[in-house]
Amino acid sequence: MIKAIIGKKLGMTQVFSEDGKRIPVTVVEAGPCTVLQKKQEQTDGYNALQIGFGARKAHRTNKPEMGHCKAAGKGSFSFLREVQADNIDDYNVGDEITCDALFNAGDKIDVCGTSKGKGFQGVIKRWGFSGGRNTHGSKFHRAPGAIGASAWPAKVFKGKKMAGQMGNERKTIQNLEVVEVRPDQNILLIKGAIPGSRDSLVMIQKAVKAGK
Amino acid sequence: MNIVDQIGMEHMKKGLPQFKAGDTLRVHVRIIEGDKERVQVYQGVCIKRVNRGVGSSFTVRKISNGFGVERIFPLHSPALEKIEVLSVGRVRRAKLYYLRNLQGKAARIREKRIN
Repeated sequence: MIKAIIGKKLGMTQVFSEDGKRIPVTVVEAGPCTVLQKKQEQTDGYNALQIGFGARKAHRTNKPEMGHCKAAGKGSFSFLREVQADNIDDYNVGDEITCDALFNAGDKIDVCGTSKGKGFQGVIKRWGFSGGRNTHGSKFHRAPGAIGASAWPAKVFKGKKMAGQMGNERKTIQNLEVVEVRPDQNILLIKGAIPGSRDSLVMIQKAVKAGK
Repeated sequence: MNIVDQIGMEHMKKGLPQFKAGDTLRVHVRIIEGDKERVQVYQGVCIKRVNRGVGSSFTVRKISNGFGVERIFPLHSPALEKIEVLSVGRVRRAKLYYLRNLQGKAARIREKRIN
């Protein structure tokens, strides 16, 4: 079994459960992904499958990429990713992997994507610092405050929470629930929010820490 | 229409009664207690409607034992068995938050005459 599948976030909406509860869901177009290449221990040093997602027009694809996708015979793809599999011999080049082969309603999954970029942000927004008071003569509003002691350790520790770039980084959300699978539309409904903006690329895999 | 809206549409009910803020409603809500299911009736004035596709909701206010109680219902929830419109109110705004500051006779809403 392949470990993950490529998807595109389409947006959020809500559905109702049978007892009338509202469930917030993210709609994800997951697959179909085509196996383009099998990386093998003997030739590449490791085992993995290269899968493609999202059709790309032939005239937008350069010749080396076209040649690379040729063996699969499904045209060229916008996104190529390498994914591990339990046994890569279960798959052949050209095989299509659909979301219903991997996930069922009720499964726990991890979703990985690039979060929305927030730019350079201060410590209040980025790390949730409290900041100072705005009135009563205070001159300390949104600054980070002290960042360490003096004579010892005589340096600022690595990883100190400071202002900087926020968002636009790879994030994984663990243990989300699959609410519904629609194989005819290649759609997954995932409970809750996932990283990234609409139309952004996400990787969906079975939950690593599924628990009970 | 995109797929996200389509999925929302599938969960929307059809044939809901028309009502607005100011109308007096009787809402029949299915309640599950353990393994028993019963229908509770909640009656009051609709003070607010939120129109947001499948996320639409409405708020019903009533005075219960001298305390104002407001309940927000998802319009398309399957738990709502029935919405009855008892009377149509004559009001001049869409959100009747001013009712929260009024009591007794002042909190009445004039009925709209329907021919």
